Amino acid sequence: MSGAAYELDGVDLSVDLAGMSLPNPIMTASGCAANGPELHRFFDVAEIGAFVTKSVKATPQSGRGTPRMAETPSGMLNSIGLQGPGIDAFVSHDLPWLASVGARVLVSIAGVEAAEFAHVAQVLATCPDRSAIVGLEVNISCPNVANRGLVFACDPASSAEVLSGVRAVVPADLPLFAKLSPDVTDLVPIARAALDAGADGLTMINTILGMAIDLDRMRPHLFGVTGGLSGPAIRPVAVRAIWQVTAAMRAGTIPTAPIIGVGGVRCGADALELIAAGASGVQVGTATFHDPRAPRTVLTELAALLAERGISRLGDLVGAAHG
Amino acid sequence: MSTGDHHPVVAVEADVLGNEPVGAYRRLTLAVPGVAATARPGQFAALTVGGETSGLLLRRSFSIHRVAAGSDPAGDRLEIVVADAGPGTHWLTQRTPGDRVGVLAPLGNGFSLPAAPGECVLIGGGYGSAPLPWLAEHLRAMGSRVHMILGAATRDRLFGAAEAGAVADSVHVVTVDGSAGAVGLVTDPLRQLLRDNNIGAVYACGPMGMLRAVGELAIEAGAVAQVAVEEAMACGVGVCMTCVLPIRGHDGATRMTRTCLDGPVFDARALRWEAAADGRVAVPDDAVGAPSAPVGRSGR
Repeated sequence: MSGAAYELDGVDLSVDLAGMSLPNPIMTASGCAANGPELHRFFDVAEIGAFVTKSVKATPQSGRGTPRMAETPSGMLNSIGLQGPGIDAFVSHDLPWLASVGARVLVSIAGVEAAEFAHVAQVLATCPDRSAIVGLEVNISCPNVANRGLVFACDPASSAEVLSGVRAVVPADLPLFAKLSPDVTDLVPIARAALDAGADGLTMINTILGMAIDLDRMRPHLFGVTGGLSGPAIRPVAVRAIWQVTAAMRAGTIPTAPIIGVGGVRCGADALELIAAGASGVQVGTATFHDPRAPRTVLTELAALLAERGISRLGDLVGAAHG
Repeated sequence: MSTGDHHPVVAVEADVLGNEPVGAYRRLTLAVPGVAATARPGQFAALTVGGETSGLLLRRSFSIHRVAAGSDPAGDRLEIVVADAGPGTHWLTQRTPGDRVGVLAPLGNGFSLPAAPGECVLIGGGYGSAPLPWLAEHLRAMGSRVHMILGAATRDRLFGAAEAGAVADSVHVVTVDGSAGAVGLVTDPLRQLLRDNNIGAVYACGPMGMLRAVGELAIEAGAVAQVAVEEAMACGVGVCMTCVLPIRGHDGATRMTRTCLDGPVFDARALRWEAAADGRVAVPDDAVGAPSAPVGRSGR
């Protein structure tokens, strides 16, 4: 899919993320937008740069019991358990709908072992609506059954195994983005492992592991015990992660690759903060629960903010805070 | 998505027009242009709380008490009933005319009206009875005979008792402590109504335990039971996946189903009641894609 230069308020917002050419940098975030029709009631999902789908696995997933969420200061915990229809239903039902409305789809894929990711990727790479897919986001923040349930993205070798397995089965012109977890001691070696294994770019950050306790029951609040923390509360963590990995790229420590920023973006200024830290794409996640129009609103606000500052090309501000 | 798509939903920063006490609750009247033509009893509204700089991000969902059409759609009003049950709902109870609150409405599927007029029972537990007077008006307008049962722990937790007489053919009030009406539970008068009358349909809103008991009695008596569930929702529009319940579909398979899109009203026979206990709902082992199934344990 080619996104022609796209102007809003006289600002060229188009971005090229490792060959993923988009009219603007704003996307939904995986798991915060379902698979399209729900939000299309509130804005045209083809107007934002890309629509990022809920992580899809090989088979249908019921997800976990409830409660699945807890509200926290400026955020929330969720423990959904990757509920979803499975890849076959996704390509026969969800993807055709997204294609029908002209959305550019960044498909989030997941699995419990490297082979499951590869299977899902292969189905996508050969499906009838392949042309609607602008890239794959590889959600490696899942427990790895072969490695004591440790999340893939917490270990460079596990991250590399998933990425190389997916890279081997999809064409070179289908960009792969590895979605990283900030719950690690050092993000840079994991970013390097993912890029060396075939990722074309990185999405940062996934949720942060957290927990809440129901004091009436004196038990964990969430059915799944622990959950992922998201929302504006974690935006500084996203800024830090994007900053650190961008700095490593600028220093030549790891290969240079585009970063999609995600974490707590609620308004145009929040998006600009992630861009200034080094992101060239920005996803809007938990803010969508507050207002289903949020991704579209952030796009409008970002354009206005750049126009106000006399910036004619978004690309000029990517990583601007690094000097 | 199955049934919830393509309903027009109004998204608006609504002016607060009124805020009145009703027992232990507040009745909020909001200006929601265009809502009157589409909203039906049983549907809900999702409200933001805390104002523009609020750290409380998640919407609070409320059953629509009623809607009133203005002289043109811009004058449409929507009413909800709020219980002060935490910082978010407390903020809502403090709104005064001139304030603004983000509103999405109408959401979800409302009650289905019977194909032909008949005799029915409407049951509300606590402020769960909020949509019942409006539903009763719809049912009576089509010629149905309406019995209404209102129950609560105490007199001040009842809602709608004052206006029930005007919209129902018979009204039965019960409280656990006997501070209003008869001492007992809503199932007491329901049992009697089902025995003495030819009840075709039962409509209920309230806590899970009450809905289950009501549903079982109705089904046993051969009546159709439509129950409106009150699951915790973060978004109200189908994207957060938190408000799910195990629901048996037309194909017989149980799926973890979003109550905001496919509910909040369900046929009582479709609910897997046994999965719910103590405010928690487990995934039945036979649900589609259940974690206990041999393939695909789910991640975070």
